[in-house]
Amino acid sequence: MELSVLLPFIVNVIIGGLVLGFVYAIIALGYTMVYGVLQLINFAHSEVFITGAVVGFEVFRVLQDSAMNGYLKLLIALLAAMVISGLLNVLIERLAYRPLRGSPRLVPLITAIGVSLILQDVLRFLEGLQGRFDLTYILPAGFGNKFCAAESTCAPVGNALRAIGVDVQLKDVILVVVSLVSLTVLNYVVNKTRMGKAIRAVSQDRVTAGLMGVDSNLMISATFLIGGALGGVSGVLFGLKFGTVNAYSGFDPGIIAFTAAVLGGIGSIPGAVLGGLLLGVIQNLIGVTNIFGNLLGLANLGTIDASYSKIGPFIVLVLILIFKPTGLLGKSNVEKV
Amino acid sequence: MTVANANPPKPAVRRPLVKPDRTALLVAFFVVTSVLLLISHAPDVMRNLGPFGDVLRNKVVEALIVSLFLANVLFAYLWKAANWAKLLVGAGSLLVVLPWAGRTDTSLLDLSIQIMIFAALALGLNIVVGLAGLLDLGYVAFFAVGAYTWSIFASPRFGEVLKYYGSNPGTTGSGTLAIGLVLTAVTAGSMIFIRSLHGRIAPTRASNLSFLIAGFGLLSGIILVGRSILVLFAGSAEAVANGINPGFFWLFLALSIMTAALVGVLIGLPVLKLKGDYLAIITLGLGEVIRVLANNLSLYTAGSQGITPIGSASVPWFNGLAGALGFRPDQFYLLFLYVLVLAVIALILLVNVRLDKSRIGRAWVAIRDDEIAAQAMGVPLMQTKLIAFATGASFAGVMGMIFAAKQTFISPESFNLLQSITVLSMVVLGGMGSFSGVILGAAVVTLLNLRILPGLGEASANVSWIPQEVNPANFNRFIFGSILVAMMLLRPEGLLPNKRVARELHHEDDQEDESGDGNASGLEAGGDVYSAGFATTKEDDKTGGDR
Repeated sequence: MELSVLLPFIVNVIIGGLVLGFVYAIIALGYTMVYGVLQLINFAHSEVFITGAVVGFEVFRVLQDSAMNGYLKLLIALLAAMVISGLLNVLIERLAYRPLRGSPRLVPLITAIGVSLILQDVLRFLEGLQGRFDLTYILPAGFGNKFCAAESTCAPVGNALRAIGVDVQLKDVILVVVSLVSLTVLNYVVNKTRMGKAIRAVSQDRVTAGLMGVDSNLMISATFLIGGALGGVSGVLFGLKFGTVNAYSGFDPGIIAFTAAVLGGIGSIPGAVLGGLLLGVIQNLIGVTNIFGNLLGLANLGTIDASYSKIGPFIVLVLILIFKPTGLLGKSNVEKV
Repeated sequence: MTVANANPPKPAVRRPLVKPDRTALLVAFFVVTSVLLLISHAPDVMRNLGPFGDVLRNKVVEALIVSLFLANVLFAYLWKAANWAKLLVGAGSLLVVLPWAGRTDTSLLDLSIQIMIFAALALGLNIVVGLAGLLDLGYVAFFAVGAYTWSIFASPRFGEVLKYYGSNPGTTGSGTLAIGLVLTAVTAGSMIFIRSLHGRIAPTRASNLSFLIAGFGLLSGIILVGRSILVLFAGSAEAVANGINPGFFWLFLALSIMTAALVGVLIGLPVLKLKGDYLAIITLGLGEVIRVLANNLSLYTAGSQGITPIGSASVPWFNGLAGALGFRPDQFYLLFLYVLVLAVIALILLVNVRLDKSRIGRAWVAIRDDEIAAQAMGVPLMQTKLIAFATGASFAGVMGMIFAAKQTFISPESFNLLQSITVLSMVVLGGMGSFSGVILGAAVVTLLNLRILPGLGEASANVSWIPQEVNPANFNRFIFGSILVAMMLLRPEGLLPNKRVARELHHEDDQEDESGDGNASGLEAGGDVYSAGFATTKEDDKTGGDR
């Protein structure tokens, strides 16, 4: 492969990785926020986010014949997914985690795994009732087109991008825009509002926050609501990006997103975003390692094909936990007796 | 974290001090369930029973009968009865009645072997999760290691591997073997030396690093040796075209234990420093890594097609014995595996009980209760955790090998995450830390998995208005999830609780009437200690916050 072909190829692999990374970043926020307030890995978050994906699928399916603007459909899908996933997350916390607060740490963790399994089968059951298992997104016309195609009004932009080798679809751009908007809103809510301040206080020290008049149970519910709503957004984005989801497909992205949260420093919101973006790129690069291997004549690299990109995140997780357990942007804390 | 009143007080578990003697009841129960089991697994008798026979043939009913029968053993363990009765019921049901019923219906033997394999897995995971308090979600990886250790050698795969190395020797030869051996010996020697040095002086950064480097040297030495041996023996590929001599079965029984324990140590070394939740997710990840590797190293594992046929031991004297007892030749092998599994699980149980009462067992419990306190009392954390990991792994390894020999086919899909979760739900259902509990949990969950759910599935398949997607046989995730959640919410100590765990989990209610026993505390590091109306938080509960 020649350099003139290789360079745009690598650029596209990295851009694709960044787009994927935004999806992981938004999922990771759900893990990191819950971990921030409860020190619990919410294993059920992967199902909360797949619920969002399923809701998004249903909205697009119901609206497939309407003449409504595609962006409006997307907005409805996003809002519906946010509401349902958010409420689901609050419900899970209320029914499964709250009664166990104060138990040894293993107990809520095992509960979270159980909730995750239950939700998987409930989702499969609900879709199975209508005879569906793999849900293929019915996207509005044009979402799969090239971004700024030659005949559109923004053709100069598109041409300029293609000239440097960037070739993306419209849905990828939508995905990044939606992610950025969600991040901005989240940043505002957490850092600028009274509720955000209370959530931060609870995550720092629940007892002292309580003494300062913060209703910690309410704030934990609010955290689960926000985390679930973000999960809903990421579910729709996941469906947009991959096209097909099913009730069991939340597991892999869930693990990768959790890794992203740890990589960035668990409990840290910018860290989750950074970790997500990094992992998206890493995963895409591992997927094409065999091409580099063939290029450089390294036969051993040639055998690393796309199926290994699944274990890339785990290796990253092991390495990061061994060498920098606090993550890239996390604060270190020393355990005291 | 929160005030103690958030949890409504639960009544403490209290048992009457004097148990009634139930010898007669036990023997009567044994006789009744044995007759039921024998009838329900004798097709000839059932044909004469008419509609009643049809009821007995139903899978769900069969599962109920089998579980009633297995309850014998449980009751013999739990009830107060004369020792002769306990011995009669325990040995009689497992050694006489069950094989006898299996004579006319081999699926019963198959089911019992499955139950015992899972019981061994649950016992192994119980050491890791129940005793040492380390949540391992990738436990099935060790099962896979044991299974593949035997399968690769005892199947046509081994011939294929040799053929591949015969046609691609590269630069490997007898010289490579010599280099590899020297490298292995030197690095192993230096590792032992550094280890002994660490016994006398405090480990420094440099010595730790050299230990690590020597470890890598050892690994590459072993790879070199392995590769050159494969190349040098490539000529005998034809001789092992159908796998190695079955006589090696016994050797591999030991090898699979060692390999699984070694993998346990290798996985444990980097990850056991981590705290509970991180450990859970990383073991989950490494379990997946092993599955992906099994899928991709297709030269050795045949990838997703799976390895088949896998050979197994041939035991002439046992076949003669079984023949004399009236078993058909096609049943010999299953009966042999049944006896083997029974012996192995008895051994595992013995090891478990002895370990639990030993110094190392107490160290595990100490680590589970409070890591820092245990360390302060002189428990070597890493070493103790590694032993827990390796012990648990070795049980899974030996059972993995027997599983492969029984199934004669394995593929990476036999070792997915759901299997790990299944074993975990057995441990949680029965009671973490309680040996009788996890065996009970294994029996219940396996029966549910192999008989009750498929039975319900068959029943619902005949009902036209139930769509196929709603088939109860597909609801195993839901059921395992419900087991986990329900047990954690309602009875976290399990069905047959370990006394110590139960007291710890009901610490708050016990506080007033607890006397002379000051060692009850949180189940593991990070658990909070409560006094009425006031809670303390620990420093490590703080995180970086959401900034």
